[in-house]
Amino acid sequence: MAKYAFFLGCIAPLRYPGLEKSTRVVCQKLGIELVDLNDAGCCPAPGVIKSFSKDTWLASAARNLALAEKQGLPIVTICNGCYGSLFEAAHELNNHPEVLAKANKFLKEIGMEYKGTTKVHHLAEVMYKEVGIDAIKAKITSPVKYKVATFYGCHFLKPSDIKQLEDSENPHMLDDLVEATGAVSLPRKQKTLCCGAGGGVRAAFGDVAKEFTKTNLENMKASGAQFIVDVCPFCHLQFDSSQKDLGFNIPVIHLSQLFGIAMGMDEKELGLSAHTVPVKL
Amino acid sequence: MIITEIRPNPEFEKQVADLGGADVKMCFQCGTCTASCPSGRRTSYRVRKLMRQTQLGLREEILNSEELWDCTTCYTCVERCPRSVPIVDVVVALRNMAVAEGHIFENHKKTAQNLYKIGHTVTVNANIEKLREELGLAKTPPTVLANKKAMADLVKLMDATGFNKIVE
Repeated sequence: MAKYAFFLGCIAPLRYPGLEKSTRVVCQKLGIELVDLNDAGCCPAPGVIKSFSKDTWLASAARNLALAEKQGLPIVTICNGCYGSLFEAAHELNNHPEVLAKANKFLKEIGMEYKGTTKVHHLAEVMYKEVGIDAIKAKITSPVKYKVATFYGCHFLKPSDIKQLEDSENPHMLDDLVEATGAVSLPRKQKTLCCGAGGGVRAAFGDVAKEFTKTNLENMKASGAQFIVDVCPFCHLQFDSSQKDLGFNIPVIHLSQLFGIAMGMDEKELGLSAHTVPVKL
Repeated sequence: MIITEIRPNPEFEKQVADLGGADVKMCFQCGTCTASCPSGRRTSYRVRKLMRQTQLGLREEILNSEELWDCTTCYTCVERCPRSVPIVDVVVALRNMAVAEGHIFENHKKTAQNLYKIGHTVTVNANIEKLREELGLAKTPPTVLANKKAMADLVKLMDATGFNKIVE
């Protein structure tokens, strides 16, 4: 049984707990054991915190990585932002002794040390590469017939030179995962366009962020999508919270929730009441 | 006609490099970045211009500009750059320098303060706590929120990196 330290991040546990719940239930059904990464903090956010202080970002990320190292487990996250920060920090720390030494100088202040061994994975990656489409299909008990717009976000596949998951311009991993549930992933224009929220733009220039979201929603609507399926709570938040202002009404669900639905989770367990755009199954 | 003389600014170049933006010198101004930039399509942010300004060491123009904060870090430019310039790393390096000089938006400061106060970038909300309990999850997630000692450690760690100066 595959075993991971479950890194929660901020948006999922504190805004959309249904994503956390679905992940726990779905992973259990798929034979993935999740161990809570107790005492972890924010990843910290790659767009904002890293933009303010790279030292703070590096040291705080190293602390999270060290907590997982102590558990002897690789990290799994359901958020592109957390994946971006933790993967990139691990990439720097695990491959560059001088960066590791710098982080450990800070960690020493709180009696911790990171040896540089933690690996970081995204849940979608684990499902696709470790569990596999066929094994997922075998666990689908309530196939769905939804027509969906998949939304990869940016920090899942990019920067692709270090992530090395698949072609970031023409990805199919998420589409394949979604279609394992019986859903149909529809083609659309500008499929890999950013949601607009990242890099601190949502906080500093909300209207600019919404301009990105609007283009995405127009393309999704034109494709005939009934659902938006994302792999990032921050993209999820951006799509879910801005549709009312933008005049759209396409329900937004995280991949873990789609799997939850297709694996027969009770509707209440999906935590849909936290969503702004009503989700009707 | 106004002619501005630009002198090399090796100190600026070194600072950007130290913060992770070393390969900006590789940029040959092809403009693939600006053509690919979804923010540039919606704002006055121009990646190619920013890379040239950085090569030239136009410190004040860069650090005072709002456009520096229009990048969503989507990495499309990085994926397509034929010179492998780590553009997002350069942007992050420049933003670090801007923040160190006191250029920070109020909403960004709030996000930073959230992290400093509770170890997360978003606040705790009573309705969500209730929903967590209804879902059979711990009311408080098992993060620094549930362990005062761990939170105190995180603050101490952030202080060691100078984050306290940013949030105050």
